Amino acid sequence: MELYALTVHEAQEMLRRGEISSVELTESVLERVAAVEEEVGAYISVQPELALQMAHFADERRAAGEDRPLLGIPLGIKDAIITQGVPTTAGSRILEGFVPPFDATTVAKLRMAGAVFIGKTNTDEFTMGSSTEYSAFHVTRNPWNLDRVPGGSSGGSAAATAAGEALATLGTDTGGSIRTPASFCGVVGLKPTYGRVSRYGAIAHGSSLDQIGPITKDVEDAAILLGCIAGHDPLDATTLDAPVPDYVAEIKRRSDLRGLKVGIPTEYFVKGMEAGVEAAIRAAIAKLAELGAKIMEVSLPHTQYGIPVYYIVAPAEASANLSRYDGVRYGLRRDGGDMWETFRQTREAGFGPEVKRRIMLGTYALSAGYYDAYYLKAQQVRTLLRRDFEEAFQKVDVLVSAAAPGIAFELGSKVNDPLQMYLIDVLTVTLNLGGVCGISVPCGFSEGMPVGLQIIGPALGESLILQTAYQYQQATEWHKQKPLLGE
Amino acid sequence: MAKLSLAEVEMIAELAKLTLTDEEKAIFQEQLSEVLEYAEMLQQLDTTGIPPTTSALPLSNVMRADVVRPSLSNEEALFNAPEAEDGSFKVRAVLD
Repeated sequence: MELYALTVHEAQEMLRRGEISSVELTESVLERVAAVEEEVGAYISVQPELALQMAHFADERRAAGEDRPLLGIPLGIKDAIITQGVPTTAGSRILEGFVPPFDATTVAKLRMAGAVFIGKTNTDEFTMGSSTEYSAFHVTRNPWNLDRVPGGSSGGSAAATAAGEALATLGTDTGGSIRTPASFCGVVGLKPTYGRVSRYGAIAHGSSLDQIGPITKDVEDAAILLGCIAGHDPLDATTLDAPVPDYVAEIKRRSDLRGLKVGIPTEYFVKGMEAGVEAAIRAAIAKLAELGAKIMEVSLPHTQYGIPVYYIVAPAEASANLSRYDGVRYGLRRDGGDMWETFRQTREAGFGPEVKRRIMLGTYALSAGYYDAYYLKAQQVRTLLRRDFEEAFQKVDVLVSAAAPGIAFELGSKVNDPLQMYLIDVLTVTLNLGGVCGISVPCGFSEGMPVGLQIIGPALGESLILQTAYQYQQATEWHKQKPLLGE
Repeated sequence: MAKLSLAEVEMIAELAKLTLTDEEKAIFQEQLSEVLEYAEMLQQLDTTGIPPTTSALPLSNVMRADVVRPSLSNEEALFNAPEAEDGSFKVRAVLD
């Protein structure tokens, strides 16, 4: 097996036993990037020299007797998360050439854990999209079928993980941006509880919804990465001051799912769900039952309102967050003669169509005369969505559903139809609105494309969803399937 | 109620400091109207007395000690500026 194909935990063991060096591992990943990147397009930028320097340094530290959870492990970072000294664009022309003067907290924590950074992965512009086609730079192709999208907005991270262009990656998730691409690319993607992971240095989209999380080849890797990035951060006032468990120990505490109450939200089998996806999800639920879980139907009655609430709340927050792009402190500037015209021309030239659409939508929802009808109303319905989760989690431990109602679709098929693109997020946005956690794990194929099982837990229920996912993974082989890319 | 007029599209664009081409205005008028019409389903729900959720967190008024801590140097803060002068960001005149 080529080294790039290793999981994080496999590489960790081999590095610890001295069977491989971080330089060898990093070179293997960089060779893989050179071989497949032209087809996949997972990265906005790759930093091979920096990666090799970090790998050399990791090998030196290990030789000196150090051991850290990610010492010498090559990772990819979504380009919506800032990295000191390495250009960060958020997939936008308005940030082209921007070199962050500091690290995001998650990036600083990965550095502390000894990680090697391969490059910055592609994203829909400002993480607004579900296919990565709204990146201002290039599309990313699904490693399982190059005519299809990888999902989005963390499509670069999911594709890089699936294609072996990194051992694992970080993504961000505002309404499904980790789970949808993980599902489309046949990898594991975890969206933590709001407040579990610091957002400091995550380029803001919807601040009450955004979370950073891992995209990995298996569940154990997700547990390792989450353990490295989770925790309270004085630089993010919305992080929770709750202890971070040893997630790797947590996932191994169970040997089956006996005693676990798994709720099936009937509303999540939405109209229009593809038959192949539904079949895979039903089979996965049967597998959970076989492992000892008690399966029961539950109702989350306001689910259908998730999309309209999300597409009011997220654009409203985005329209405020993106007001900072004015050509004064960083990024693009187009001089328009006077101050206001400079703002207008900079933003007109720097933002792509989806970002403009969301800014327009959010500005409208927040504007005088429409605030109560749209924004306030959406926030009230958000309360009802949260209560749905609270009530469900009084009856069950976790909920399961599909991560997306369909498989990865063809490039270009939805890019000019915003509402259809928005509806892809129907099974994921509710978690962000409720502030709860969820993970997508591979659970089968439909028409040759991966399907993801979404396991949803209550706030700070990461151990529970990881345990459930790990037991499912131990009993199945789906996560071991690899795309035939480059062979 | 939802269908946006062209004048409303122009008003929103100005509030957001976006200059749209005529083509963009026409496309946005149609696409935004479609999304807003979809969002009309929220009006079916009676939300009388339901408090709005601004954050899913049980936190409020998070404070830190008011102490000086390391921050970016002037040079670092200005490094990405399109234009800077005398240690400051340079902008076009705000007042004529």
